[in-house]
Amino acid sequence: MNALVAAGPVIPNFGQGSRCERTNGWWCTDWLHAHWGDTLQPALVQHIELSLIAVGIGFALAFALALVGVRYRLLDAPIGVFADFLYTIPSLALFQLLVPLTGLTVTTVEIALVSYTLLILYRNMVEGLRAVPADALEAAQGMGLTARQTFLRVELPLAAPAIIAGLRIATVSTISIATVAAFVIPQGLGRPIFIAIGQDLFKTEILAAGALAVVLALVADGLLVFAQRVATPWSRAG
Amino acid sequence: MSGPVGVERAAAELVFDQATKRYGEGEPAVDQLSLTVPAGEICVLVGPSGGGKTTALKLVNRLIELTSGDIRIDGTSINSLDVTELRRGIGYVIQQVGLFPHMTIEANIGTVPRLFGRSKQWIHTRSQELLELVGLDPSYAKRYPAQLSGGERQRVGLARAIAANPPVMLMDEPFGAIDPIVRARLQDEFLRLQQEVRKTVVFVTHDIDEAIKLGDRIAILRQGGVLVQYDTPEAILARPADDFVAQFVGADRALKALALRTLGELELRPAADGGPRLPRAATLRDALALLIDERAQTLVVTDDAGTVVGSLTRDDLLR
Repeated sequence: MNALVAAGPVIPNFGQGSRCERTNGWWCTDWLHAHWGDTLQPALVQHIELSLIAVGIGFALAFALALVGVRYRLLDAPIGVFADFLYTIPSLALFQLLVPLTGLTVTTVEIALVSYTLLILYRNMVEGLRAVPADALEAAQGMGLTARQTFLRVELPLAAPAIIAGLRIATVSTISIATVAAFVIPQGLGRPIFIAIGQDLFKTEILAAGALAVVLALVADGLLVFAQRVATPWSRAG
Repeated sequence: MSGPVGVERAAAELVFDQATKRYGEGEPAVDQLSLTVPAGEICVLVGPSGGGKTTALKLVNRLIELTSGDIRIDGTSINSLDVTELRRGIGYVIQQVGLFPHMTIEANIGTVPRLFGRSKQWIHTRSQELLELVGLDPSYAKRYPAQLSGGERQRVGLARAIAANPPVMLMDEPFGAIDPIVRARLQDEFLRLQQEVRKTVVFVTHDIDEAIKLGDRIAILRQGGVLVQYDTPEAILARPADDFVAQFVGADRALKALALRTLGELELRPAADGGPRLPRAATLRDALALLIDERAQTLVVTDDAGTVVGSLTRDDLLR
């Protein structure tokens, strides 16, 4: 918790700030203008980084696990239960468990964030790959596609809508959970929120950082919807 | 459409040589099947379920591996080829069609040509040509399978199977899931197509009428994958090998035999006045039905343009 208090500018200053700041107003635009550059914008960039890394690693891990789970059906249930288990650990508790091992580091945060993406990504990938029509697979095999070609040209594209659907949920929830990272490291949109809580609940800062997190989640979701429409034009045919 | 090795090949002779498939220690699914499909002919495998028809078909492209015996295409054993190479040289059509839902019709048709490294332009030209050949408007190229009817999808399935011009085609109940009216039309068009492309075709069906209509030769398989009779439709209808075959082709086999011949194949009497009229291309079965329906003894035969060319009596039809 030391990290939280030690770093960063001391804000807001009730004694010297505007009237809005002194009275802890809901939305102090002058404070926002003054502190966008030194507080909100860096927090937003860090938040995006934390989330991207978490979803990226989570996606790669879940994909590898899904390949195993689809090929070796017996392993599907254990992998699913493991991902379930990770998902059910409260994030604060997980941080507490990890800090002794990995310290107050980005690694700790990412391990936790990645853990929460696995379940939804894994389940959607497995469902998507299993739902590929058997007749399409038989045709692919019968026409002389190799197993690799069948996977890349038939199975993966047909599973894409389910995979992207999982990616959307994982991304939005990661952006939300990443605010809690400020318990461990002075990064992300959680940091201005924690600081404001520590300073008599400075409303403007809490609202602004919270709103940025929401907007970020919505934008990310919108981008993924767009990506899906571009990548799977066929899913709207018929 | 000339192309690299492996794409452009004439029809090939297909030989089943003691081909056997056995699962574990049980009864064989296909038991020492030996038959030769001459190049460019349609061989229909027909029989009750459990007769091993589909198993026999899948032995050819090694979706199911032989337990013993051999299958040769133009003298080359299927086991001497790389399995993907073998399959790319064999057109494959299945009942559920198996089009790829995420690909346009053109991309579906271009599947095997693409494996052979054909250019986009080549595939575009070829798919336009094939769509026309199977009776679909070339504008279908840009659509997705979900936007087509069942019959249209099976036409695309056919176009996809012949896209790389394979010498051998395997068709596993391709029209089985299609309603009877569309099925009859697809059968007619398949025969017309076969006149043009002349593939060696192995065609599986459980429908003896479809077998009689499409087959140059019919192989009747019995429970346990035993070949009971392999002959032309005419010969099977006229001389069933045993009671099983006689029962399978049905008590109306005499009528079915009539459906195999057209009026043009008979020697016509001089033109007569009056009576029902039919073109030369009509079958003896249709002619007989018409005479019975009209309570007539004599039929007037015309050419395709409707000009009278002669006549036939009931007895002529049944001789």
